[in-house]
Amino acid sequence: MRYSAFQIVRQALRGHQGWPRAWGEATAKPRYDAIVIGAGGHGLATAYYLGRNHGVRNVAILEKGWLGGGNTGRNTTIIRSNYLQDPSAAIYEKSRSLYETLSQELNYNIMFSPRGVMMLAQTEHEVRGYRRTAHANALQEVQTEFITPERVKELCPIIETRGPRYPVLGALWQARGGTARHDAVAWGYARGCAEMGMDVIQQCEVTGIRSANGKVKGVTTTKGEIDCDKLAIVVAGHSGVLAEMAGFRLPIESLALQALVSEPIKPCMDVVVMANTVHGYMSQSDKGEMVIGGGADGYNNYTQRGSFHHIEETVRALIETFPMISRLKMLRMWGGIVDMTGDRSPIISKTPMENVFINCGWGTGGFKAIPGSGWATAEMVAKGAPGALAAEFGLDRFREGRFIDESVAAGVAH
Amino acid sequence: MLILTCPYCGVAADETELAPGGEAHLTRAGVESSDEDFEAYLFQRKNPKGVHFERWRHANGCGKWFHAARCTVTNEVFGTYPAQTLEPPKEILDEIVARRPGWTLETGP
Ligand SMILES: Cc1cc2nc3c(=O)[nH]c(=O)nc-3n(C[C@H](O)[C@H](O)[C@H](O)COP(=O)(O)OP(=O)(O)OC[C@H]3O[C@@H](n4cnc5c(N)ncnc54)[C@H](O)[C@@H]3O)c2cc1C
Ligand SMILES: [Zn+2]
Repeated sequence: MRYSAFQIVRQALRGHQGWPRAWGEATAKPRYDAIVIGAGGHGLATAYYLGRNHGVRNVAILEKGWLGGGNTGRNTTIIRSNYLQDPSAAIYEKSRSLYETLSQELNYNIMFSPRGVMMLAQTEHEVRGYRRTAHANALQEVQTEFITPERVKELCPIIETRGPRYPVLGALWQARGGTARHDAVAWGYARGCAEMGMDVIQQCEVTGIRSANGKVKGVTTTKGEIDCDKLAIVVAGHSGVLAEMAGFRLPIESLALQALVSEPIKPCMDVVVMANTVHGYMSQSDKGEMVIGGGADGYNNYTQRGSFHHIEETVRALIETFPMISRLKMLRMWGGIVDMTGDRSPIISKTPMENVFINCGWGTGGFKAIPGSGWATAEMVAKGAPGALAAEFGLDRFREGRFIDESVAAGVAH
Repeated sequence: MLILTCPYCGVAADETELAPGGEAHLTRAGVESSDEDFEAYLFQRKNPKGVHFERWRHANGCGKWFHAARCTVTNEVFGTYPAQTLEPPKEILDEIVARRPGWTLETGP
């Protein structure tokens, strides 16, 4: 059913009894043209664009838990494209621009809010770094600017710009960045996939990958064996586990990254602020909660919880920059398992097993990339080789020393 | 909070007192090795969901490097041991098998 104002009125008059399920409960068929493992944003977007852009519709998306229950439903939803290197700018900017019209495209309100993203420069080193990024962005046709502390204060009056330890010396400002509703992104893509006849199968964990002569044959799951011609592994923090099933190793380590939200308060901040020096960032949700994210654990783990002292460090540092939050009560905190690569850039690549493709390594910052990454991964799966958007993100870059170093642009967990 | 006992000074140290150093027992690839071996040494990691052997430094203590065996899912610690070894000692392996029946040490790269 197409959602519209007319439908709302019509369904209201019928007592809201006529709304169909957004996606059906699917049981697995014995064989698919393509299987996507992982129903997070990236997996669902990959499946969606496989159908929408390449006409591959005999597709199943297998999820061990529930839709969007991984990092996609656990992140702080910052969307921006102010990265430093050209390949990153290309894919993140593609993604940001797809977000602008995603609600219309999916006919599902993902609540994209281009409220502007500000990355504070609180040391001389950061000032230089962000000026450089602003110049790089200008060449890449990504609209950003380096702004003064006065402008920072104007855009976000609750910031203390003259703090003794971390004064605000300026900021990298991307007016077209913002936030979106994370669950809605997963739900919207899932609905789109189901409408094209794809099967979204939840509570179906992949436990093995079957192959013959180095070529994939199918997967073994908790719901039985399923065959496929092509396989896309899109499981974020669990990429290493799936790679092991396919017999190769990745340049990835999995860590817990945490976030927390405060009690809801009246609107006080209508931009997203990231403070990378102190490892904290904050925005206000539509409900009024202050959404806060911090640093990742230093050692690999799958605890989905994280170490408490990181929360303490984040909050302690943010209080100097935002003195008014010092009395706020925190409501909830949680963690997600993020997949970190050495150069802080993702992997969209073929793998040593024929017809197996992998999309991972988005680490602390892949929510913003969901539409663009799905677009690029679908192209790779459909054509058997990466297209222009994905070409630079292959696994071979580690062997060849062709890093896409984003450790400055991605300096904080976001 | 994760607590590891430093095998040198015997202090049960909070993780805030320690600096993590990543996967342990990597074989260093030398100048004569192939690109594949060098890539494996520099970048590829086991990143297991379960038993993990890793390096730590008692940074805010005695300052020495040591090894730990830890479960990456529960953060349960199987034991710590000194850095001067190429592989986990037998008592650590026995302790892991006692608590994770059926577990075997993965050999090879
Ligand atoms: C606290 C936190 C804050 C963040 N903040 C931001 C932010 O502000 N902006 C931003 O851009 N990014 C942010 N990120 C990063 C972002 O959330 C991720 O990069 C992105 O959501 C990854 O999406 P995904 O689809 O690849 O993975 P996921 O959403 O994790 O999906 C992977 C799915 O695979 C499933 N799976 C795993 N193993 C199997 C198996 N064997 N069989 C079947 N299914 C399996 C999992 O259950 C999971 O649902 C944040 C992350 C965290 C944890
Ligand atoms: Zn010590």
